[in-house]
Amino acid sequence: MSAYEVSVASVIGINVILAIGLNLISGFCGQISLGHGAFFGAGAYAAALVMTKVGNAPLAVAAAVAAASLLGTVVGFASLRVRSDFLAVTTIGVNFLFIGFVRKQAWLGGEMGISAIPPSGLGALGNLGLILLCACATVAFSVYVNQSWMGFAFRAVGEDETAARTLGIDPGAYKLAAFAIGTALAGLAGAFYTFFTQFITPDAFDFIFSVMLLAMVVIGGVGSTFGVLTAAIGLTLLPEAIRFVNDYRLLVFGGLMIIMIRFAPRGLAGLARAAFLRARPR
Amino acid sequence: MYYVDLAVTGLSFGCMYAMMSVGLTLVYGLLRILHIAHAAVFALGAYVTVLVANATGSLALGFLAALAVTPLFGMAIYRLLYEPLLQYRPDVPMVASVGLLIFMQDAFRILFGEQGVTFKNNALAFKTLDIGGVRVGVVQAALIVAAAVVFVGLHVLTTRTRVGVGWRATVSRPKIAASFGIDPIRVRYLNFALGSALAALAGGLVALMDNLVDPAIGFVVSYKALAIIVLGGLGNVRGTLLASLALGLVESYGTIFIGQWLDRDAIAFLAVIALLMIRPQGLAGVRAA
Repeated sequence: MSAYEVSVASVIGINVILAIGLNLISGFCGQISLGHGAFFGAGAYAAALVMTKVGNAPLAVAAAVAAASLLGTVVGFASLRVRSDFLAVTTIGVNFLFIGFVRKQAWLGGEMGISAIPPSGLGALGNLGLILLCACATVAFSVYVNQSWMGFAFRAVGEDETAARTLGIDPGAYKLAAFAIGTALAGLAGAFYTFFTQFITPDAFDFIFSVMLLAMVVIGGVGSTFGVLTAAIGLTLLPEAIRFVNDYRLLVFGGLMIIMIRFAPRGLAGLARAAFLRARPR
Repeated sequence: MYYVDLAVTGLSFGCMYAMMSVGLTLVYGLLRILHIAHAAVFALGAYVTVLVANATGSLALGFLAALAVTPLFGMAIYRLLYEPLLQYRPDVPMVASVGLLIFMQDAFRILFGEQGVTFKNNALAFKTLDIGGVRVGVVQAALIVAAAVVFVGLHVLTTRTRVGVGWRATVSRPKIAASFGIDPIRVRYLNFALGSALAALAGGLVALMDNLVDPAIGFVVSYKALAIIVLGGLGNVRGTLLASLALGLVESYGTIFIGQWLDRDAIAFLAVIALLMIRPQGLAGVRAA
């Protein structure tokens, strides 16, 4: 594999972990989050700090997961208080707060970010292997959660909190669980991102990136693991695939996003389901 | 005196935010769509204003052209993009809206260049007024006056006219309003037309203040206006004004006192989150979402 292919594959793996994690929160549990980049960033910065200060890769991964999940649980508590669009704006706020805080912190490198992060010791191919292994594990975990009692409870909370409560499901506990798990995955992705680039700046985790992650979930089909997986791979590859349009990349990208949503509002998963129903013999 | 200056700056920023957000409130209150592409309408208004003003030499014609073009664009967005998506979860039209914003921003960049467009003849941008020892830019003063006119106008429209009462009725109880003979579809078109015109007015004024229109001009609208209208309470015009002014003042004083720890946007969102934790239904909201 060329260095280019390795780096594209690494980014795909990282984005898959992020999108599947967000799908747990926004897809399964119905808690719209537009700040997933903040948790990704918290993980990346925690890993970068551990790597530069201690230089221990497993410890860096643990720190990243812990930091992101801690922040995620705090935001989860906010989701107990504010709902729907109010929650969406709160999570946007968390994203801007994170970026704005990091930018002003000298010990986090400020605007310049953290550079010259020691390598994880696995090499580029080793990193890629680790990332893809964890991406596959994340997908398997998501499939498992979806058919477990927890997945049922998530969907119940997402559909109708009051109805969920009458079934003895505590919406608060499951919302917190969704946030804790989904953001822990974002932290994991953050650690891998740090290993992959060895150089992080605040801008990599901004609001635009969070919006793109939610776009992966929606275009894939809200709540569908394989739909989101396909969309995460597709939306990461798309800017590479449309390199030939060069200067018009964002124009084409935005246009395709509109067309996709306009003609397949239930996402790729909805398209697949419709095709399956049509092909089935009556 | 220093604190008075800060208050004036804060208020003028607040009025700018109010002008950016008020159109969005109208759209949001009715359809509950996070209409992020409002930022694209805002940018379109700014571009039309500066291009027509440069071509004709008349600033007034620039504003008139923007006020004529953007309502059509807004109604087209509703008809072509949102109407078919209303039956789905609210994040579906939102992602379509993001796609449109990305598309439009890049289209502006390709058509008019990365550097943006400036007014050929903009004497107003550098003039200042002296009001009781406080210096205020002419355009800033115009923003404050425009905000006052727009909000008083909207208040009169929604409380004193048949159209406005119909609009409010449709917002709170669409079915009952329809049974009283109000056409909800017409209300929606009116809503997008009015909301887009207000965005264009704000865009033109902000362009005049900065003396520049670049592809990124709408970006701040895409997230801050969203925060403001939600903080103000769902689709509540008075709440929007309140939230805008509050945010303008918080940013103005905040950058002085805690500016070394957080940047401007972070300070604004710290306030938004704190206020939402205290009042989860927004500042002026009466019912929970």
